[in-house]
Amino acid sequence: MKIVAICGAGIGSSGILKVNAERVLGRLGIQAEVTAAHLASLAQDAANAQVILTSPEFVDAIGKTNADIVIVENYFDTAELTRKLEAALG
Amino acid sequence: MALPALPRDAIVLGAEATDWRDAVRLAGAALTAAGIARPGYAGEMVRMIEEHGPYVVIAPGLALAHARPGPEVLADGLAIVTLATPVDFGHPYNDPVSVVLALAVASGDAHIALVAELANIFNDSSAVADLAAARSVDDVMAIMGAAK
Repeated sequence: MKIVAICGAGIGSSGILKVNAERVLGRLGIQAEVTAAHLASLAQDAANAQVILTSPEFVDAIGKTNADIVIVENYFDTAELTRKLEAALG
Repeated sequence: MALPALPRDAIVLGAEATDWRDAVRLAGAALTAAGIARPGYAGEMVRMIEEHGPYVVIAPGLALAHARPGPEVLADGLAIVTLATPVDFGHPYNDPVSVVLALAVASGDAHIALVAELANIFNDSSAVADLAAARSVDDVMAIMGAAK
């Protein structure tokens, strides 16, 4: 399972999503590789990803993809992240 | 956090910002005052938001301003600016912003440990309000060091 967290720079906010997604997935007992990436590297990083985690601002820029796009409102709310990852992966 | 990543010189409390650009520039100036980034980094952080939108407002009341690693970055580090009057960034859920964190990292690979520490601190949902209410640099250091 591959999950990609996207932001504008590929550092900072996508890094926080990666860290918190890994924690949530660990608690859920789901094995996954989570990568932080920016829009410019998205095509290669998300090629075979099942889930893309990001902010509402990036949905249009991400464009067409086979991955589920999960929009995160509060990057530090692991309850929100748990709920949305469970829905996307369940 | 490798708390050297947050030097005391990079903490500014109760700043007056006219708008979100001003708030981000103040955070950039704090990075520069602490020797973390050159003055041009502030403009790069502003451009990031102009280009991609207010996604940096990653939690209610909190902006994590940042740009890409590059020649404007002198060291990995963090600045914190609290605003006397919160400003709107135009975010759909998390406005207004009362605390601006500015993050500079020299390489994309090196930052995950720093960011993991930020997650440790801010996954506690009271951290943003505690920072906004901080009256001294020591208050801020205590909040930011709490997860050590």
